[in-house]
Amino acid sequence: MIPPRFEYHAPRSVGEAVALLGKLGPDAKLLAGGHSLLPMMKLRFAQPEHLIDINRIPELRGIKEAGDTVVIGAMTSENELIKSSIIQARVPLLADAAKMIADPQVRNRGTIGGDIAHGDPGNDHPALAIAVEASFVLEGPKGRRTVAADGFFLGTYMTLLEEDEVMCEIHVPAFAKGTGWAYEKLKRKTGDWATAGCAVVMRRNGDTISHVRIALTNVAPAALRANAAETSLLNQPLSAATLQAAADAATAICDPAEDLRGDIEYKTAMAGEMVKRALSKAWARCA
Amino acid sequence: MSKILITVKVNGRTEEKAVEPRTLLIHFLREELNLTGAHIGCETSHCGACTVDIDGQSVKSCTHLAVQCDGSEVLTVEGLASKGVLHAVQEGFYKEHGLQCGFCTPGMLMRAYRFLQENPNPSEDEIRHGMAGNLCRCTGYQNIVKAVQYAAKKLQEPVSA
Repeated sequence: MIPPRFEYHAPRSVGEAVALLGKLGPDAKLLAGGHSLLPMMKLRFAQPEHLIDINRIPELRGIKEAGDTVVIGAMTSENELIKSSIIQARVPLLADAAKMIADPQVRNRGTIGGDIAHGDPGNDHPALAIAVEASFVLEGPKGRRTVAADGFFLGTYMTLLEEDEVMCEIHVPAFAKGTGWAYEKLKRKTGDWATAGCAVVMRRNGDTISHVRIALTNVAPAALRANAAETSLLNQPLSAATLQAAADAATAICDPAEDLRGDIEYKTAMAGEMVKRALSKAWARCA
Repeated sequence: MSKILITVKVNGRTEEKAVEPRTLLIHFLREELNLTGAHIGCETSHCGACTVDIDGQSVKSCTHLAVQCDGSEVLTVEGLASKGVLHAVQEGFYKEHGLQCGFCTPGMLMRAYRFLQENPNPSEDEIRHGMAGNLCRCTGYQNIVKAVQYAAKKLQEPVSA
């Protein structure tokens, strides 16, 4: 399979990329790691007339700390996340979860920004970004703006990213001391998308939960934040009863599509199971 | 749509070619350079039969554009053996029967080559995870794991003068 014909552009700065997007309009697509876009082009699900390759823009790469915020360049690969001592120390959830994405070769190419901006409900970073309370720095013709991950994902392949914007950075608040975290992903095999996945970030105050974020992967047209499940757990200990109540509240908002990974009932039940496992693991990791 | 001139070092040899932007690296290697070692399997970045090394990283060449390799160094399975002597990973697959039909083997060899540089002394579990992006429909993977173990051991032997 060979993709349809297109013109290739390789800008060296975000400014150049934004200018190209403005000039070429909706017929242009950004090429990040290419492991979603190129297969879609081969299958003619996408036929952009112009590809703007943002792999040669150094300012989009790298991981740094700015006070208590971890700043991740949008073109940072999954393997770079896994290996980063900053990510391991400050937001270990992202390093751990990236190991569950795709396979070693794909993780060399696949990027955190591409995974987020693509808007595929099967991608893992959207739920992770919601759980860690990330925000995204987007640059367009009018300059930069920052938007929260919670609320960014509108539906399948639909996000708040405008057609003339480039995702530049992902900002993640570093975990406070004692934060518990987990990503539970049920998949059939290496490289598969989640049948259902759940990301949790939690803090404890003595025997009760003082902070919790719960987000779900691939059980709706976009990543979901399970608000009611979070509320049900606040100021509660984690017990069999509160765990079940949270799982019930989370499954109530699931709206998965039936496919070869399972029917609606199965996927919804598995989402509940992933919520329970992730909450239990995060609780055990809280200090 | 105009062609773009690219310069790529492939197996140590500098190649300068004009390519269509849509040309995938796998097709560039096989059809422009007649390097047919890397195989076209699933074409959707799952099977790993097309795995090559680009600038020191394993990449699935069916999901990478040739124009993206401008200025890069690419290593394919044809570049593994040196002066008629098999590389340790090739010797390992041969000695441990790490292949049956052989279709996945070039990708397996290239991934094993890079994996053993990332992790020179891997456990069996680490080998299985490190090679997880390469599918084999014949062997059941047991002998592939043994082949990688063989190569790891051989690569750690002191080089005789």
